Amino acid sequence: MQFLLAFVIGGLICLIGQLVMDLTRASITPAHVLVGYVTGGAILSALGLYEPLVKLAGAGATIPLSGFGHSMAQGAIRAVQSRGLLGAFAGGVESTAVGIVAAIIFGYAAAVLFNPKE
Amino acid sequence: MNEKTGSSEQQLEAAEYQELINKIRPRHTFLKNAILAFLVGGSICLIGQLILQIYTGQGLEQQQAQAATSATMVFLGAFLTGIGVYDQIGKYGGAGSIVPITGFANSIVAPAMEARREGFVFGIGAKMFTIAGPVLVYGFLISVLIGISYFLLR
Repeated sequence: MQFLLAFVIGGLICLIGQLVMDLTRASITPAHVLVGYVTGGAILSALGLYEPLVKLAGAGATIPLSGFGHSMAQGAIRAVQSRGLLGAFAGGVESTAVGIVAAIIFGYAAAVLFNPKE
Repeated sequence: MNEKTGSSEQQLEAAEYQELINKIRPRHTFLKNAILAFLVGGSICLIGQLILQIYTGQGLEQQQAQAATSATMVFLGAFLTGIGVYDQIGKYGGAGSIVPITGFANSIVAPAMEARREGFVFGIGAKMFTIAGPVLVYGFLISVLIGISYFLLR
């Protein structure tokens, strides 16, 4: 059941992105979509609307980039609770540090090791 | 297309012309694109769920399991981009391959690979962040705004 929910919710989140790309101006690029998902996910998360989705769908909600925004928002809120204003600056990076550094390290390694296909 | 035209020659021409148009014109494929995005994006999330459950099964607590899953998916995205497979997935998957975190990894590796000949600093080092940079900038911006708002409103 958890797998089905991850598939369906994750699929629907991606489908929304496809509709945004296909039905709006051509100037909406993948970069705009990703920025929109992170920002949108963070805002939904701050309003308390994203956590229920994570509880329901697990990786179906955390693997899309909106889950990255959710993680940043929750990290900032938790850090403010424990450390006050300073936490607002630290929390978002801290909670996503593993993903960001993994992206840089693995990304760098892949770019050095592999040749682009023509 | 089936309009009766004068001679059979004209008809043939019309049919050829229509064929040519169909080849060139972008079709109204947004329904097909949407279904493919759903299937590809859903499948990537399904793989993520599988990895997540393996990590929680190993005894990692929820948040750490999620972070480990993100890192693993990023690794897979970067590796598949490196061997040229992810671009193939992207041809069909559209947003289904862009929106998941594997797409974020792809957005780092793809421009970095292309830019290698421009050097390690301004090539790989800078071009990695062509798409990831804006994502991080707006992610940090919104997270700090949310943190400050929470500080002021709580």
